Amino acid sequence: MAELRRLELVSSTHEKQESVVQTIAVLGVGRVGSAVARTALAAGYDTRVAGSGAAEDIELLAEIVIPGARAMTATDAVSDADLVVVAVPLSKYRSVDASMLAGKTVVDAMNYWPPVDGQIADFEEDIASTSEVVSRYFSGSRVVKTLNHIGYHELEDDGAPSGTAGRRALAIASDDEAAAAAVQDVLDRFGFDTVYAGPLATGRAFEPGTAIFNGAFSQNDLLRELELNLHPTH
Amino acid sequence: MELGAYSFGDTQLNPDGSLRSTAEAIKNLFDAIVLADSAGLDYFAVGEHHTLEMPASSPGSMIAAAAGATKQIRLGSGVSVISTDDPVRVFQQFATADAVSGGRVEITAGRGSSVESYPLFGYNLSDYERLFEEKLELLMRVNEQEQVTWSGTTRSPLQDLTVVPRPVDGSLPLWVGTGGSAPSSVRAGRLGLPISYGIIGGAPHRFAALSDLYRRTAEQAGHAGANIKVSVAALGLVAPTKQEALERFYPGWRNMHTQLGKLRGWPAPDDNAYLAQAHAPGAYYVGDPDDVAQRIVHLHGFMGHMRHFLQMDIGGLPQEHFLESLTLLATEVKPRVERLIRIEG
Amino acid sequence: MHEASPLGMELGVYSFGDTQRNADGTLRATAEAIANLHEAIVLADAVGLDYFGVGEHHTVDMPASSPGAMVAAAAGATQQIRLGSSVTVLSTDDPVRVFQQFATADAISGGRVEITAGRGSSVESYPLFGYELSDHDQLYAEKLDLLMTLNSGERTSWCGSVRSGIDDLVVVPRPVQGSLPIWLGTGGSAPSTVRAGRLGLPVSYGIIGGIPARFGRLADLYRATAQRSGHHGPNIKVSAGTFGLIAPTKKDAVDRFYPGWRNLQLLMTQRRHWPEPERARYEEQTHAPFAYYVGDPDDVAERIIDLYRHLGHMRHFFQMDLGGLPHEHFLEAITLLGTEVKPRVQRLIDRL
Repeated sequence: MAELRRLELVSSTHEKQESVVQTIAVLGVGRVGSAVARTALAAGYDTRVAGSGAAEDIELLAEIVIPGARAMTATDAVSDADLVVVAVPLSKYRSVDASMLAGKTVVDAMNYWPPVDGQIADFEEDIASTSEVVSRYFSGSRVVKTLNHIGYHELEDDGAPSGTAGRRALAIASDDEAAAAAVQDVLDRFGFDTVYAGPLATGRAFEPGTAIFNGAFSQNDLLRELELNLHPTH
Repeated sequence: MELGAYSFGDTQLNPDGSLRSTAEAIKNLFDAIVLADSAGLDYFAVGEHHTLEMPASSPGSMIAAAAGATKQIRLGSGVSVISTDDPVRVFQQFATADAVSGGRVEITAGRGSSVESYPLFGYNLSDYERLFEEKLELLMRVNEQEQVTWSGTTRSPLQDLTVVPRPVDGSLPLWVGTGGSAPSSVRAGRLGLPISYGIIGGAPHRFAALSDLYRRTAEQAGHAGANIKVSVAALGLVAPTKQEALERFYPGWRNMHTQLGKLRGWPAPDDNAYLAQAHAPGAYYVGDPDDVAQRIVHLHGFMGHMRHFLQMDIGGLPQEHFLESLTLLATEVKPRVERLIRIEG
Repeated sequence: MHEASPLGMELGVYSFGDTQRNADGTLRATAEAIANLHEAIVLADAVGLDYFGVGEHHTVDMPASSPGAMVAAAAGATQQIRLGSSVTVLSTDDPVRVFQQFATADAISGGRVEITAGRGSSVESYPLFGYELSDHDQLYAEKLDLLMTLNSGERTSWCGSVRSGIDDLVVVPRPVQGSLPIWLGTGGSAPSTVRAGRLGLPVSYGIIGGIPARFGRLADLYRATAQRSGHHGPNIKVSAGTFGLIAPTKKDAVDRFYPGWRNLQLLMTQRRHWPEPERARYEEQTHAPFAYYVGDPDDVAERIIDLYRHLGHMRHFFQMDLGGLPHEHFLEAITLLGTEVKPRVQRLIDRL
């Protein structure tokens, strides 16, 4: 297994990315989607939201619950977005049109939680991490797993400016390092440090039931937890 | 001998014969159970129907309400139409009532006297046998065990699942209710369940052959003891005089027969038939306390039943007559029955 | 800021009938838990509380499996308190049976019964009644539609995919109130809020963590959606169910609530892999602006009013008896809520 790298190593190269994220589309306006969208707005991103239901309902919802976000159809929301956050219930991930997201950087903020949401065959029958299963569906996209292991309340409460002592850190997993770097930059503006755990398979280390999922960690502590989880012999 | 009443919560009528509100009928039924308890009756049962004339659609809720407002009376269903219900839900409702009552609740499972519940809950009457058989089996199982495993064709299976709350005394008394068929008697005997006969016409002592069959089947199946027992449910009304009882019961009886006759193609109600049934050896326990007591004890000589309970409030009987009859049953009929049984004994 | 209703704020309690514990931590009988719950409702009525809700669960530690039967039992033993479910897990039940049970209780209570339909906080009912959790959305939408249809008139015709059709059949008894108040219960998602507003149903928020004042924007969304859908009047209203316990002093309250809270968290740790409970995190939640209304009468009254400024809710009701709270502490908290918190809340509202 690849050595863990602190994201500082990756971030030193991210200036070379052709584009910096400016526009974020959030698919799903439930508790997680709403909180992510509000956080994105607060961080200064141009933010679009889309959800199931009548367009006029979603517009009113955005106006009141996510003021500043633009409600549109999923297709319009993602068309010129630099980053797409998928925050629908995991049981509905196949309701998101994968072709629409081709070529996009896609954050998988979903969790598989059978005691609450029921068993889903896709994930019961596959031993891969949930984000690997999801990324096979979004096969044309650069899937990044993160934002799944922070409570929607905490997302808006725990953020702090870069450099704040003990700033909370979030884990990131992706098979695409450039995509991971872009997301790291976004999360920094959201108010969080980050640790790049490695490929999507390492996302297992912060799925429900893990110490990382259940806790809140500074960057150093998160790195230690990931080491413990992914390299238990060390 | 325990004495009691059962009711379908029949809706009262306005002077012009139109129905009053179903909510009022439910409240009246509740008041009647509370009175039966304070007067000293032993048992009250509520039967399930789904019509404007008989709106007691949820015996579980009626019994739960009564459980919270009574002190000593035993409470049950007469009957729970389990074929069209979920035995797990039925058990949960009655076990909840049992806990609230401090252990005074029973269930009687049966076919019931009406069929409205089949279309309402999406069942086919032609599946009745299988529905009843399987659901009774499941009801018995949830009654005995907190962790239940069961599978069948009439409901989704249960794989080691918890069913709560658990009854105060470990399990609820569970009866089989029947209009008096031999196969039902055999079934109850085989299962070792107590049996409740609903006798709504004919000469009640003829049911003695069935109760003998029940007891013999139970014995052959190896069931003995306190659970092998018989109760009788019959139409009846008690009033200060026989004449008053006959006059009070008649309009409601006539309403019910007219109404059911329309649904089931019965002949028009026959006044002579009414009077014949209302005197020994007929099936209507309509009379003064002496008359009703003597006829109950007479039947006891044939059937050896341990509980006799009467359906009084049919077809919109005025509530005050219902309440007076319950009071007389407890305060006048009951001591007479006890005395007569002692003498007979 | 919203208009105070002329009646002020209703106060109440909700419970899952949590089973009490023996000194060694083992569970006592479920039947005892049910009898205790009944006693608590009767007391709540006697001390003048406005509402009691019973929530459906199916476990040995939360044995109130039949809110309909509990509410019926309470209907026959109380004088003035309104009674409801918090919540009825409608997705796995038959709306016809649910309606019949609550309408029966309504008749007995003289018109004091309500239904709150929601997803609920647990999932045991799915395997127990043969449903798939993944069908939840459709089950809920269709069954809510059927329940509303049953509630609107004596004869019902309905067809859908999650239950057999009903062809012009009578469903009785009919409620004293004409129809039963039906609430939509939600943990606070925007789409559920929109649904309630669109349907013109009152909404009940279960606020079990975070900062309750944040639900203000959901309440705004609810009212705006209702208005746009043409719904207004007394049916457009908001209630809040939260954790809470009242004791003579804040310290008593915090100490009394903690063991039960911890027991519940441990259960969730076991069943849903929640993090291990921590006392410090707990204590933080018991102070403003957080979600546990655990305190003395002054503290709780002030925090209810603070939430009212954001939510404009007309009813605030507390889940007190978590995880085997000793019954006497439950009863004392109910008494204090009725006799001490209620007048304080009224005074504070009058001043607004």
